[in-house]
Amino acid sequence: MRSWLRHHRMAFNSAARKLAAQKSAAFASVLAIGIAISLPLAGYILLEPLRGLLGRVALEPQLTVFMKQSAKRDDADALGRTLRGDVRIGSARLIAKEAALKELASVEGMADVVSVLAINPLPDAYVVRARDTAPESMERLASELQALPGVERVHADSLWARRLASIAAIGRVALMILSTLLGFGLIAVTFNTIRLQILTLRDEIEVSKLLGATDGYIRRPYYYLGVLQGAIGGAIALIIVLTGTYIMNLEVGVLADSYGSSFRLPFPPLADAVSVIVYAGLLGWLGAHLSVSRHLRDIEPS
Amino acid sequence: MISFDSVSKRYPGNREALSRVTFSVDNGEMIFITGHSGAGKSTLLKLIPAIERPTSGSVVVQGQNISAMKASALPYLRRSIGVVFQDQKLLHDRNVYENVMLPLAFSDHAPKEAARRARAALDKVGLLDRELSHPIQLSGGEQQRLAIARAVVNRPSILIADEPTANLDDDSARIVMEIFLSFHQVGVTILLASHDQAMMRRYGGRVFALAGGKLTERPAEAAA
Repeated sequence: MRSWLRHHRMAFNSAARKLAAQKSAAFASVLAIGIAISLPLAGYILLEPLRGLLGRVALEPQLTVFMKQSAKRDDADALGRTLRGDVRIGSARLIAKEAALKELASVEGMADVVSVLAINPLPDAYVVRARDTAPESMERLASELQALPGVERVHADSLWARRLASIAAIGRVALMILSTLLGFGLIAVTFNTIRLQILTLRDEIEVSKLLGATDGYIRRPYYYLGVLQGAIGGAIALIIVLTGTYIMNLEVGVLADSYGSSFRLPFPPLADAVSVIVYAGLLGWLGAHLSVSRHLRDIEPS
Repeated sequence: MISFDSVSKRYPGNREALSRVTFSVDNGEMIFITGHSGAGKSTLLKLIPAIERPTSGSVVVQGQNISAMKASALPYLRRSIGVVFQDQKLLHDRNVYENVMLPLAFSDHAPKEAARRARAALDKVGLLDRELSHPIQLSGGEQQRLAIARAVVNRPSILIADEPTANLDDDSARIVMEIFLSFHQVGVTILLASHDQAMMRRYGGRVFALAGGKLTERPAEAAA
């Protein structure tokens, strides 16, 4: 066990020395990896607020039935009974005008507006979930509910949320494709770095094989080199994104403040930051594995 | 210890380097292999640590059939065989001490023991005071002694050397041969490929002559 650990320590030190010895070439490689990883990471930072928003809104088709401003609570209760008695309706939830005003006041920047209102301008409303959510059925139901006594307006308010969700989904898919492509890019960069290392150290590898080095012993430093290169690239990506987010937030803050909002682009949480470094290291390992498997078998003692 | 049974080796282009070579070597023997350039001496020596594989026949080293040995087992065989190559294969970006430490790096010796063995091997070949020099700073004879130190640092039971005294002046050649002789005297089996007939007479041992890929055994006295 002690011998095994010693061999790994030696391999790690050897990889670190190889990386340090390359200087500008190594820096260029890890910088390329860092920039490549920073692109999907920046996309993630930009999409994260959208994900939070979508988490708060309902995406299932639903109708909001607004009552007339003049409607009394008894009218609302009567409408509730009618809605719940309709077999086409799965549920009907009352949002009382007082509760609606309270919710509006809790929205950033609206508290001041609400506080100056002399009367509550909001009506009582029902959020209705239909059993049949086909667009035609929803449309027919909406027009029928519109005709009920005390109803001012019926709004199919899920549409915008569904569109937003679709845009977010497109963004996520684009981000996934970009991440995959740049992941391959990272593997290719590592593959090439290791290939050049193997070519440079061809004599040493050949002599080591002649003297009794196992394949594992010869491969190990290259695996560590791949992991180190990937992980350092991941760390550079984080630095780029954190710096970029900080700089962006200086301007985002000015814009958000003008709307009375404290919105800022989020920094990646610690767990995500660590994951970026770990995944980059794993991709580096994969690039090293492919390169070592491809090129070491070509070097045999003669 | 080493046994060749009807071993042939053909290279691409159907060039036959060895033809049905049969011989055996016991523990602690000193063997010279002679022959003209291209006679197959290097090929024969390379078959022992499985740097080359026979086209037909069997090579058995320390009870293991090299022909049937898996690639994953070769490193462990090679650690028990010290090899001094014709071109020495020293690493010129490493100093003398680091060159000798190389075979110890992948063995299981603790660092202190490895360092002790490396310095003992350098002391044995008279290069302890040059451990920080690089191979390029050494003379031809010193480079050959460094190659020997690296070959013996793992204390192999077999030591093979391909033309170890070629390109050396008489004094350097004598020093190198004295080193081989000292290992022979402590029981190491030694196989040397050489053109030097006078040296074979001086140091005795069995002599195998290779000509056209065929091997014949001659007494040392008749080697001239």
